[in-house]
Amino acid sequence: MKPELELYLHFPFCARKCAYCDFFSGAFSDAEMHRYFEDLRAEIRARKDTPLFFPSASDSASFDRFPASSLPVRSVFIGGGTPSIVPIPELEATVDALREAYRIDPSSEFTIEANPGTLTPSKLSAYRALGVNRLSIGLQSPDDRMLQKLGRIHDFRTFLASYEAARRAGFDNISIDLISGLPGEMPDSFEKGLKTVLSLSPEHLSVYSLIIEENTPFYALYGPSGSRRSELPDEEADRLIYHRTGALLEDAGLHRYEISNYARPGFESRHNTGYWTGVPYLGFGAAAASFTGVSRMKNASSLSYRSLQPEENESLTTEDLMSEFMILGLRMTAGVSEAEFESRFRKKLRDAFSAAVSRHLALGTLEASGGFLRLTPYGLDVANAVMADFL
Amino acid sequence: MFAGPFVPPLTSMEKQLFMTHSDMTKIRNFCIIAHIDHGKSTLADRIIEMTGLLTAREMQSQVLDNMDLERERGITIKAQAVRTVYRAKDGNEYIFNLIDTPGHVDFNYEVSRSLAACDGAILVVDAAQGIEAQTLANVYLAIDHDLEVFPVINKIDLPSAEPEKVAQEIEDVIGIEAMDAPRISAKTGENVEDVLEAIVERIPAPTGDPEAPLQALIFDSLYDSYKGVIVFFRVKNGTVKPGMRIRMMATGAEADVVETGYFGAGQFIPCESLSAGEVGYLTASIKNVQDTRVGDTVTGAKNPAAEALPGYKKVLPMVYCGMYPADGAHYQDLRDALEKLKLNDASLFYEPETSLALGFGFRCGFLGLLHLEIIEERLEREYDLDLVTTAPSVIYHVHKMNGEMIELTNPSNLPDPSEIDYMEEPFVSAEIIVTSEFIGSIMDLCQDRRGVYQSIEYIEAGRAILKYDLPLNEIIYDFYDALKSRSRGYASFDYELKGYVKSELVKLDILVNHEEVDALSFIVYAGNAYERGRRMCEKLKDEIPRQLFEIPIQAAIGSKIIARETVKAMRKDVLAKCYGGDITRKKKLLEKQKEGKKRMRMVGNVEIPQKAFMSVLKLDEN
Repeated sequence: MKPELELYLHFPFCARKCAYCDFFSGAFSDAEMHRYFEDLRAEIRARKDTPLFFPSASDSASFDRFPASSLPVRSVFIGGGTPSIVPIPELEATVDALREAYRIDPSSEFTIEANPGTLTPSKLSAYRALGVNRLSIGLQSPDDRMLQKLGRIHDFRTFLASYEAARRAGFDNISIDLISGLPGEMPDSFEKGLKTVLSLSPEHLSVYSLIIEENTPFYALYGPSGSRRSELPDEEADRLIYHRTGALLEDAGLHRYEISNYARPGFESRHNTGYWTGVPYLGFGAAAASFTGVSRMKNASSLSYRSLQPEENESLTTEDLMSEFMILGLRMTAGVSEAEFESRFRKKLRDAFSAAVSRHLALGTLEASGGFLRLTPYGLDVANAVMADFL
Repeated sequence: MFAGPFVPPLTSMEKQLFMTHSDMTKIRNFCIIAHIDHGKSTLADRIIEMTGLLTAREMQSQVLDNMDLERERGITIKAQAVRTVYRAKDGNEYIFNLIDTPGHVDFNYEVSRSLAACDGAILVVDAAQGIEAQTLANVYLAIDHDLEVFPVINKIDLPSAEPEKVAQEIEDVIGIEAMDAPRISAKTGENVEDVLEAIVERIPAPTGDPEAPLQALIFDSLYDSYKGVIVFFRVKNGTVKPGMRIRMMATGAEADVVETGYFGAGQFIPCESLSAGEVGYLTASIKNVQDTRVGDTVTGAKNPAAEALPGYKKVLPMVYCGMYPADGAHYQDLRDALEKLKLNDASLFYEPETSLALGFGFRCGFLGLLHLEIIEERLEREYDLDLVTTAPSVIYHVHKMNGEMIELTNPSNLPDPSEIDYMEEPFVSAEIIVTSEFIGSIMDLCQDRRGVYQSIEYIEAGRAILKYDLPLNEIIYDFYDALKSRSRGYASFDYELKGYVKSELVKLDILVNHEEVDALSFIVYAGNAYERGRRMCEKLKDEIPRQLFEIPIQAAIGSKIIARETVKAMRKDVLAKCYGGDITRKKKLLEKQKEGKKRMRMVGNVEIPQKAFMSVLKLDEN
């Protein structure tokens, strides 16, 4: 495994909170925002020598360790919240701090999340100047009525304007986020919307089935005892949408490379692929998670997170790492490499998980070929049931 | 626990209170009869409080109901007792021994022994609800035991209280004088004083000869790890004191008395001796409650009584089921827990058994379904065990071709049909007291349950005793519930074992994904097999979660399939999103899912939730 790392920055600022969102985010004052960015930059600098661990190539040790600042940065991802509402000077100072502390170069993937309605030509050219080379736009739905239900601030026309502006600013790697399975949605109406989005020829699409998270306004309406739960598409409709999405996007040249992600060849998100293949990452900011190769921690979900205890701090055993290799790796349609497993853990995958592998091969939820194990199409539908057997 | 090994030193006041009272005319032994929630425990609390035995600090609400379980269910499982001292308006001090009784048909025998230890009973009736079914059986039982019963009308503080109407009802239905019954609120304490005076005036003092050979009636016993078995009894004749060698007349067990004493509220208070008319306990380094059975007579080994007190019978389990630890690793824990429970429960039976589906466990015998449920809950709560219980079964007599007879308690052990000549099942004689408007629907119910009509007898204009012979098998599941729902609660029910009757019985097997699940097999009347099999399959279909493949569920008699349902394959179970910040949380979700699987039993390739094994017990009536 190549020694490299990923960087994640969390910007928890939004014009307003959406009805389905359970991320740490919200509307805050300018002063709060400024204090937050001061803290964030201090954190970026303070953690540059964090030791990161990689399975050792030699037999004498199980891990090689490197300080984060010594490793090439594979990708940078600025997520939120709505990073695109953050004033450019704050962003500039933050990216400068990043570049000073870590080895970011033009080959690093550099993504910023943006919401339609917050993108202006001047912002977009500032992003280009900062080295941002990938844009992830949260459209969620091309249907204005659905956008209203979700509590989004934009409509489809606003999105179109943002998208065109981004193209004009020179962005040639744009991802669009969509949510399927919204209340009142039918497979045919979703498919119509999807075709509209496809006509814009994005390089990348993320299509998530709506997850009703606790502690959101949606949970009260659509949760297990929600008054409007029946408006959600049933399991049959949900799967129909999922399978139709895969087929339509495939026809349009975007292949499914992960449960919910689709890309033109070569445009798969490097950053997210890193999460699923065990690349270490440092997450900066409130509620941001980091993975050192042998442990995972998560900052407190608060603007003043730096003065608080981390929300999670977990040392991972070899068994944990093996399980994560499987449950994250199986999310990708390419599957997990048996050779890679063996080189990382010095144990054959089929010995470590013999019962689970043989059960799921027999059930037809897993398939093996070319040294890879992957979920079958049915396996993708019931991925949790498969993954739980690898814990 | 009621039984603490440590007895705090007595204050001089308490010593005075507990000095041996040889004057039998100043003793009152009584119990309280009430329908559930009519205020029995509250009244007991007030009596204890107002007789000044306990300080406010010692006063725990509902002193008599010790076990958490009893408090929650609002029922009294084990008979217990408390002794208080009351200074009456006539200026004398009276000793009150209040004996608490269980209140369910499973424990009828225990109730009858508790009543036999009393001279009178207070009948508590809710001023808003009036007489209800449960009360009647116990009132009649009390009257059968020649107890003086006087009524008390409780809850007069309720806005809906109608004490005059209820008094009239008591006179009409039970036929005891009720017009001057104390109207009280046990909750507020209002007029409870009148009850105390009525106890003195209306309940007769005990009779008996303190000099005669000892005859003491055991109405309960419990095992204490420090003192050994503590025997609860009422002395009918003679005197018992420490050092004396005693014999249990039915079991023949002998022991030397170590301690005698009274029941303080929440503690045992030793005394020098107990004589005719008194209620108390003794310890004698007895290791096993099997030796001190409820209803047995304690006598002196040296100078034994000529005969035992009447009414003793050895209670035998009527209902059996398999109990298995949910996690096979806890088999030894289950064994230890059963052993401990048995120390306190002479009617509990268990022996090891194994099941293909459930692994190692025990076949356990109980007095009835409530007894079963109580033991199950105690195992789960007090011993923190997760259990899987199989369908309860009665004891069948299997007569084989070779003349041998097997007492079958586990359906899986039924011999091959070719070896069976015929089978018999236990029948009970049941008495159902019901108001006339419900007679029709109750007769339908008995008919549905293969009842054989015996007689109907009107006890007064609106009420009748309906007598049926019923297969025990048909009443152990949900008969009591069905009876109550069909009579809106106004039916009381009592039964006793009548004997074995030849019957057309078959073993119904359940196949899940074509594999027989031994723990789900049961014996059923041939005529009901199809219906039961169909309902079992329907129920299991709801209980078995969808899995990664289609699962047929079949009911079969021998090789013949009589019913089938299908659990369809799972359609969707996937987390749409999983990025850096989500991994820990998503992993926890998967771990929870995996934990859920641990509570499943693997039968072949199928995961069956543990509760599925029990849900089949509760097949809806319709």
